[in-house]
Amino acid sequence: MSLQTVSFYQTGTFTVGNRLLAAEERSVQANMQRTNSLNSGHRACQGCGEALGARYAIDAAMIASKGQLIAANATGCLEVFSTPYPETSWQIPWIHSLFGNTAAVATGIAAAIKVKKHKGQGGDVRVVAQGGDGGTTDIGFGCLSGMFERNDDVLYICYDNGGYMNTGVQRSSATPPAARTATTMPVGPEPGNAFGQGKFVPAIAMAHEIPYVATATVADLRDLEYKVTRAMGMRGARYIHILVPCPLGWGAAAQDTILLARLAKETGIFPVFEAEYGEVKSALQIRRPLPVEDYLRLQKRYAHLFGKTPAVATIARIQAQADKNIRRYGLLAKEAA
Amino acid sequence: MDKPFAITLDPGSSLANHTGSWRTSRPVYLDRLPPCNNQCPAGEDIQGWLFHAESGNYEKAWRHLTKDNPFPATMGRVCYHSCEGVCNRAKLDAPVGINSVERFLGDEAIKQGWKLAPPASESGKHVLVVGAGPSGMSAAYHLRRLGHRVTVHDAGPFMGGMMRFGIPKYRLPREVLDAEMQRVVDIGVEVKLNSKVDNILDSMKAGKFDAAFLAVGAHIGKRAYIPAGDTAKIVDAISVLRSMEGEDKPMLGRRVVVYGGGNTAIDVARTAKRMGADPIIVYRRNREKAPAHDFEIEEALQEGIMVKWLSTIKQAGESSITIEKMALDEKGFPQPTGEFETMDADSVVLALGQDVDLGLLNGVPGLEVSDGVVKVAANMMTGHPGIFAGGDMVPADRNVTVAIGHGKKAARNIDAWLKGTTHVPAPKHELATFERLNTWYYADAPKTVRPMLDIIRRQSTFDEVQGGLDESTALFEARRCLSCGNCFECDNCYGVCPDNAVIKLGPGKRFAFNYDYCKGCGMCVSECPCGAIKMEAEEI
Repeated sequence: MSLQTVSFYQTGTFTVGNRLLAAEERSVQANMQRTNSLNSGHRACQGCGEALGARYAIDAAMIASKGQLIAANATGCLEVFSTPYPETSWQIPWIHSLFGNTAAVATGIAAAIKVKKHKGQGGDVRVVAQGGDGGTTDIGFGCLSGMFERNDDVLYICYDNGGYMNTGVQRSSATPPAARTATTMPVGPEPGNAFGQGKFVPAIAMAHEIPYVATATVADLRDLEYKVTRAMGMRGARYIHILVPCPLGWGAAAQDTILLARLAKETGIFPVFEAEYGEVKSALQIRRPLPVEDYLRLQKRYAHLFGKTPAVATIARIQAQADKNIRRYGLLAKEAA
Repeated sequence: MDKPFAITLDPGSSLANHTGSWRTSRPVYLDRLPPCNNQCPAGEDIQGWLFHAESGNYEKAWRHLTKDNPFPATMGRVCYHSCEGVCNRAKLDAPVGINSVERFLGDEAIKQGWKLAPPASESGKHVLVVGAGPSGMSAAYHLRRLGHRVTVHDAGPFMGGMMRFGIPKYRLPREVLDAEMQRVVDIGVEVKLNSKVDNILDSMKAGKFDAAFLAVGAHIGKRAYIPAGDTAKIVDAISVLRSMEGEDKPMLGRRVVVYGGGNTAIDVARTAKRMGADPIIVYRRNREKAPAHDFEIEEALQEGIMVKWLSTIKQAGESSITIEKMALDEKGFPQPTGEFETMDADSVVLALGQDVDLGLLNGVPGLEVSDGVVKVAANMMTGHPGIFAGGDMVPADRNVTVAIGHGKKAARNIDAWLKGTTHVPAPKHELATFERLNTWYYADAPKTVRPMLDIIRRQSTFDEVQGGLDESTALFEARRCLSCGNCFECDNCYGVCPDNAVIKLGPGKRFAFNYDYCKGCGMCVSECPCGAIKMEAEEI
């Protein structure tokens, strides 16, 4: 990992800022002049992880592109809560078209910029496409795969909160197993979302062998900013998948959003890594290993696992998935060595 | 006017939408009381001065520290640093080496010649301080800073009191003590040495003093009746330690028996050891019951000093003594067993505690003395208006830090009394307990970062023969502070707010909430590392 390792500065780079660090070593979010790409007044729920993740990512992309950035946005929470007609929370050029075509819209913008540059008009404007997991892993997946396959010069950012939260918490292909949603109720022999279904799009993006694929969470700001900056420093199709806890859909307390993202990473439920041309280059190491139960218990969507008779077997299956992530992505490699 | 098809409104900003109206509870910034500050008998703002030390601004740190305690180099050596015992960091790895950083700052001040600031204006009042020990000099310093004229009288030939006559050199080098005493003199405190106050009322009247602070200490060694031959040499520990300061070093012989189990017993035994003697400590109870700090006992043992636990001296002769073995009863009191033992002894040093010489208070009306110490009210004033007292001569723990704290407290109350008001201490903030912290954010230290420091820390906090921290290790140690309960501007609240509702005010100015947009999610509270934000219910 090319994150800087600091000598001991009280909180190192775990916190957003650190007055003891040199200015150039501080995060974008610590800056008083950060873009605030997604400004106050948006209508996201209290403690929204997606609103936070979007500002983290787009502010970093604005710095990396020197303010020359256009964002295409899929339908979803992020679009709905930020742009109720005629208001907008976006402080950058921003376009919304349809639920499923964001990657294609971004491809078109990138192509237009290329043509304009050819004609000597306009500078080096960069393109970001963004959407939730529904617009990315389900509805917009065909356009996304095409964008990858053509290696269009677009950074696609997926904010994954594991469901269609905006329309009433329905299951998406990114909803984790056993989780309760409006369409995967905790009834029957295998309550909640089924095991063995759904998709992990970062792995599919890697299979396209595009220049850059990374995952991040809102709990590791420095890592997230590093990955956005790194992606913006490359050309071609790039994909960043950010885990953004949803207090509403997950049935969690508003103040626990970052805690949940941290627990997802520390338990191995959500592997945080980066890959280039289809190969994993580094993984963010687990700092304090924890059982998945610590993560699950805080969320009402898993409440059915912790009833009068705890669903030990189901919890063990989730733990096994986390353990597989830890093995597959080397999340505890340093300790094991 | 000319709008595209189906568009009737101009684009607006979401800033028009005041989401603050959603809120049912609001975050507010607060300062909580760090456990170290709460614990410090001298009332130091430890977290406050460590904050400046963390950024390498040692002078600012020293100035902040000396607002409460003018003797950091001395404190950094002789304070029993109970602050470290309550440090929240202990629950993560090991407590912050507060004492060693304090010593570094004190030494740095002496090295750089930093001066204390003289008062901004003169009050015209004159206060008499009796005793140039830690309590008296602390009071003199604080009174002087408040603008009062201060005259200190001391019966002894040097400043420092028990810091000089009770604490051996190997724990407190005299040039350090002299430098810190002199700094107080330099801001305009007049000190009259070899000038014993025999009667406080007469002295106050003669000098036209407006108030007096008494801190004469406890210098009279307690005696115990030991049947002894004419030739047996029995002295008291305080006299031995005191005579170490003069030309005539005490003649104790080779086999020195020290009788007692307090810190003074340990000090005198270690002093005798350094003079080439073979000291043995005889104490009637066991190690667990001994009033001496355990680390001092440990250091004494490491230096090869023998201890006879559960023993009393029955008789002392010219070159030997008889001791009787004791056994603790079920209540923990030592009871004689009738088992005797004879051991060689050239001299017996009694370290059985000290009494206060209260002679100067004869004939003072209103004064109340019990158990050999002077009773004082919460404001440190004795029963006689205008006469305050502190340090070892009032009922409290007897150590340098407590004495310095008394000096500060008395000075504030004397100041108020002289103005005809009462000093009301600022209300204490609620305690910053470990549960208030989000320790995820603190980098691991020292084990993974700098394993060498453990050794340095151990050396520096114990044996003064060892050196202090150097700049890099002191900085490292200061940066281990968690800043419990007090914002250290980590930008977390500013970063984690999904609604940009935290306003960063700039370096040193902390943050403010923009309640127009704050939805009250509480993320800033849960992600604040040091517990400096809390949620309060909105009035709805």
